Amino acid sequence: MFISPLPETKIVAGQQVEILIRGAGQSLLFLHAGHGFEPDDPLVSALAEHYRVYSPSHPGFGASDRPDHVNSVEDLVFFYLDLIEQLDLRDLVVVGVSFGGWLAAELATRGTGRIAKLVLIDAVGVKFSGRETRDIVDIFATTIEEIPRLFFHDPQFGLKQFGGMDFKAMSLASTTRFARNRESILLFAWSPTLYNPKLLRRLYRVHVPVLVLWGADDKVVATSYGKQYAAAFEHGVYREIAEAGHYGYLEKPAAFAAEVIAFLATKTPAEV
Amino acid sequence: MEFWHFCEQSMHPAWDKIDGATKVSVDNRFCEPEVAHKLYNRYLDEWVIADQLGFNIFVNEHHASANCMSASCLLTLAILARQTKNARLLCLGVPVTNRTDPYRVAEELAMIDVISGGRLEIGLVKASPFELAMSNQSPARIMDRYWEAHDFIVKALTHQGPPFSWEGEFYNYRNVNVWPRPYQQPMPPMWITASGPTTGRRIAQLGYVMATFFNGAGTKPLYDAYKDEYRKTHGRPAPIDRFAYLAMVACGRNEAEVQERVKKLKPYLEVQPRTPKAWSNPPGYENVEMNARALHAGVTGRINFGLPPNPTLAEMAEGGILFAGTPDQLYEQMVKFSDRCGGIGRMLMLSQAGYLSHDETVDTMQLFAAQVAPRLREYARLKNEEIVQAAE
Repeated sequence: MFISPLPETKIVAGQQVEILIRGAGQSLLFLHAGHGFEPDDPLVSALAEHYRVYSPSHPGFGASDRPDHVNSVEDLVFFYLDLIEQLDLRDLVVVGVSFGGWLAAELATRGTGRIAKLVLIDAVGVKFSGRETRDIVDIFATTIEEIPRLFFHDPQFGLKQFGGMDFKAMSLASTTRFARNRESILLFAWSPTLYNPKLLRRLYRVHVPVLVLWGADDKVVATSYGKQYAAAFEHGVYREIAEAGHYGYLEKPAAFAAEVIAFLATKTPAEV
Repeated sequence: MEFWHFCEQSMHPAWDKIDGATKVSVDNRFCEPEVAHKLYNRYLDEWVIADQLGFNIFVNEHHASANCMSASCLLTLAILARQTKNARLLCLGVPVTNRTDPYRVAEELAMIDVISGGRLEIGLVKASPFELAMSNQSPARIMDRYWEAHDFIVKALTHQGPPFSWEGEFYNYRNVNVWPRPYQQPMPPMWITASGPTTGRRIAQLGYVMATFFNGAGTKPLYDAYKDEYRKTHGRPAPIDRFAYLAMVACGRNEAEVQERVKKLKPYLEVQPRTPKAWSNPPGYENVEMNARALHAGVTGRINFGLPPNPTLAEMAEGGILFAGTPDQLYEQMVKFSDRCGGIGRMLMLSQAGYLSHDETVDTMQLFAAQVAPRLREYARLKNEEIVQAAE
């Protein structure tokens, strides 16, 4: 899920970013998870049959630039505000997975003038529990070898997604992408670990419909967190997919895509 | 050559009870306060004896570790500043990327220097990767943070006059005003640790003492890089006192005594590296290129000092890990290794480790001080002359 470069590059806010643009229809911005993503991502492929999908590697991930001054989630949010304006995306659907879901939620709190709907898939970014209870597993205290078990319902499937963890068999370009993604997610999310303490109390600003979609077997952030996340929005809907882990969208892409497509086809309260 | 007595203040009585990691995640019930009380005082006594024997003093710190109970090298030095008379007092070092407040570090350093009457030597280190788990400071951009902390501490210690302000990327202070100023003016000598030539060159530009730990065959290229850069920057050859090296040292009167002491020291080499794997190299601690190359090469876990799996004593001495022998043998081993590296001016000696008792540690130091140190001092003096003459 991190091995291959994306086909196009664009300059946004003076930074070069790699991006995958596919399909036709309503604009959809797909924000990837901390380990990055592949051009043949199955969920993006399914969504591209109905929408025009814009899917960049975040600054610092894949082959996208990360200038020194871009070193916080807030910097990434400003980058995406620029990207949306530059590509003149309107009536936009923002879909984010895991860390990308955090970015999507942050982005929506900055104003939904250009955003029609939001989809958060196994998203992180907020804190619900007390100070002595973690909501999100400290992924920075885990090893590379633990990824398949922790991030997937089916560890064998997860292992395949990571090339069998056989880094020796990969090109140096691929291990560089992997190492770079690991460093960048740590840079952006080290502490507080994978959340912004301010975000929860800003979610009221998101007036558009939000689908919160969760893998029923997410071992990084539990389903109870997903339910609370959905409840924190004015128009939040929670749905769960069986036999899916934190990266369940890779394990059950058709089921995830069907939920997203059904949600996006539903008329908004304003349209009814 | 100068000699610096070093010990990690370990909780070794707990070692055989601990299964798995000896740091970060190790249960603190293995650290019995009554046992720790006796051990701290024993180790401090050994430093006081080292001072009396003509050694200098080197202390460090680690966190959540059965291998090192020194939670602050400056706390240890503060005690020794008062209890010793002649020794130079080296902290190597203050892990400035762990400490959130370099202003406080500068104040503590200055206080130790003043109490000791100007015997402080300042070592600033990057911090071990696994300690970021406890300090909660980010491994990402760690060297950027290191250099800003370094620059701040140097300015805070050397600044004279009205307070100054600092608005950096990582640290912000409205009113920097270090009381007392250091006893040594403009500031105490500085040390930095290095293992590779890139860092070595940067230290050479600053003219600081460069220390390297258990670096074996990596030492010569490191020292060469420093020498080259030092000459370019300062227009003269680097004196031998710029080069420090840390190894374990075991000394005995005869083969049997040496073997007995080595047997007690060696468990250190097995216990010390037992780090939870996730914390041995968190992302960001090394740069992306290095991590990507290591993954591509299939390298996992720690490197065993570049030695074979079960090294002999001769291989350990050759590799600069453990110098062990009678006084004559030790002299030969250290000279040989120093010559191979291009000249070591400061020998940092891990003379207490593992299960070596107080009496054995003191006996080792006494033997070394009486029978090895004088000859090595003379060796280093001549070696330094050789370096200076070769440059002319």
